[in-house]
Amino acid sequence: MSSAESVYGGFDTDVTIVGGGLNGLSMALALASADFKVALVDALDPQEALAAGIDGRVFAIAFASCRMFEALGLWDALKADAQPINDIMVTDGTVRGGASPLFLHFDHREIGDEPLGHLMESGHMRRVLTKAVMAAPNIDFRAPAKVVDQASDAYGFTVTLEDGATIRAPVALASDGRGSRLRKWAGIKTVGWSYDQIGIVTTVEHEDDHEGIAQEFFLPSGPFAILPMTGRRASLVWTEKTRAAKAILALSPERFMEELRARFGDYLGAIKTAGPVWSYPLDLKLARDYIAPRLALIGDAAHGIHPIAGQGLNMGLRDVAMMAQVLTDAARLGEDIGSALVLERYQLARRFDNTFNSLAMDGLNRLFSNDIAPVRLARDLGLGLVNRFGPARRFFMRQAGGDVGDLPRLLKGEGL
Amino acid sequence: MSAVGNNSVEEQKTAGPDAPVDASVDLSVDLAEVEKFSKMAAEWWDPHGNFKPLHQLNPVRMTFIRDLVFKHYNLSARDGFRSASALSGLRILDIGCGGGLLTEPMTRLGGDVTGSDVSEKNIKTASVHAEEQGLTIDYRVATAEELAREVARNAKSEVGALYDVITSMEVIEHVADIDAFMEAAASLLKPGGIMLLATLNRTLKSYALAIIGAEYILNWLPHHTHDWNRFLTPKELAALVQRHGLTPGEAVGVTLNPLRGEWRVSKDVAVNYMLSATKG
Repeated sequence: MSSAESVYGGFDTDVTIVGGGLNGLSMALALASADFKVALVDALDPQEALAAGIDGRVFAIAFASCRMFEALGLWDALKADAQPINDIMVTDGTVRGGASPLFLHFDHREIGDEPLGHLMESGHMRRVLTKAVMAAPNIDFRAPAKVVDQASDAYGFTVTLEDGATIRAPVALASDGRGSRLRKWAGIKTVGWSYDQIGIVTTVEHEDDHEGIAQEFFLPSGPFAILPMTGRRASLVWTEKTRAAKAILALSPERFMEELRARFGDYLGAIKTAGPVWSYPLDLKLARDYIAPRLALIGDAAHGIHPIAGQGLNMGLRDVAMMAQVLTDAARLGEDIGSALVLERYQLARRFDNTFNSLAMDGLNRLFSNDIAPVRLARDLGLGLVNRFGPARRFFMRQAGGDVGDLPRLLKGEGL
Repeated sequence: MSAVGNNSVEEQKTAGPDAPVDASVDLSVDLAEVEKFSKMAAEWWDPHGNFKPLHQLNPVRMTFIRDLVFKHYNLSARDGFRSASALSGLRILDIGCGGGLLTEPMTRLGGDVTGSDVSEKNIKTASVHAEEQGLTIDYRVATAEELAREVARNAKSEVGALYDVITSMEVIEHVADIDAFMEAAASLLKPGGIMLLATLNRTLKSYALAIIGAEYILNWLPHHTHDWNRFLTPKELAALVQRHGLTPGEAVGVTLNPLRGEWRVSKDVAVNYMLSATKG
């Protein structure tokens, strides 16, 4: 497709993307790499995105997702502040009681030389992707801008912005998050439930080297993950029941660190706080359909899941890779890229995978977020068994690394 | 196209070889008419509607056409090409275009496309659908023979220009006089041009699947859409194009994976197959 002009007559652009978070930015860049003309609308001021500290989260970017960024020419900039994950240790335990003797150890050397993934700060990723979007000649980046109205007709989708401007394209992609405005407008129902859990996120500095080892302790109130960051830093994702979390968040900084140390332990020497404390209520929200006439959902708009295994963003990036491939292949056959026939290919490829993953994560959380003794024993034995059984362990590693199934080209590190 | 076979066959019979060419379908006449055809276009283009089998088959046919045209004219590699200019500079004729399932994609890929069909209903439907999207396609109500005579009459002017690519998919099995059809089609092709055909083989399997299965059991197609006795084997089709000065390529099978509803190119030519032929 020529970047100068859309082949789809009477349109302002080939694809409109609503929502410029990590999925929306990646979607725009993936489509731009295949010569699509893209309009990307986001409510956030790009200057704010470029400033540090908008988001405290750290993402475990699966190996396959890293390959996609490599194929899109973004990996060098992302890698500059990424911590490779060499090992993942999963242990069951109680607060102050320490880890149970049975544990699960995922070592990347078992499935090849590549690390299992990389840990990156959300803010860092957003800066790198925002800069790339601003530099891309075929991306029309409308930010800060808000969508105030939308309409679909037989051939296209039109969004109206706050300033009255309209953008019409053969297809619109909604990457506008869990509370997706476009999903609600299209009448797509969701299923889900709240976990009555809050994820507390913060960063600590520690004395000893973490050697790229990620730790996941399954405490009765929910998983407590220690994710290695660049330098002697680690990001904590600390899940608590809502009431307990609120109490913990209300503590003085000293008392908060005391609670934190009790869970973190001292295996990395002394620790001290190295950033603000953030909190996110946890829930599961799955869209029943991923498509509506001239519209498709990607990322959290389609599936907001429990962050227990760091799969949420990776699922979104798999949506991105598959959508980019479906649209590119359709355009190269001269198909109408917004037709139901084309969008159904995306839904067929992604809905099952995402639902399966979401429910697996839900199951993991339910299995581990309790303190019932027989369940505790069973899961400890389960962890021990998986650990002793090589093929099962490698299966879990490939699954977490995103290297499974019928991979879209971008996730294999190939161009579109 | 097979799903409109009833119309095509009947109207071809009544239109006869000497009917005048209606080269200018005037769409501005009657708004009610336009609305009617707009509705029909919506039906034609509904992937879950009556023409579902054709929509499912279309990506395989378009891939076949695109890849062979690329190869024949030494165009850009399969991957990484610019969609809007992939077929630019090529004059393409689709004989039996129906609602425009092939003419539209070929136009989006940059081709200069003419679509012809003996059914006026089909042409009006296709015209409205293209116009509503801003696609420029030259649509004609005409038989291949009529087009050939028109081109022969105007050999010295632009109207008489021949085509670089001719496609005719799921058409020949509905044609009464296949030699007259092929003679006309071959005469419309530029020397050095390529023709791409798709049809059904005359085998027990095609009888079971295309007639009994598709028409009577699955109700994919109206009853009597196809007359099995008219189906050509790949050998017969190759011989036919050869009789009219073209060189046939290898026949390529198209088979359906019924579980995924997905058609694929295969070696099995027992039911649906495609054939290319080149001139000179």
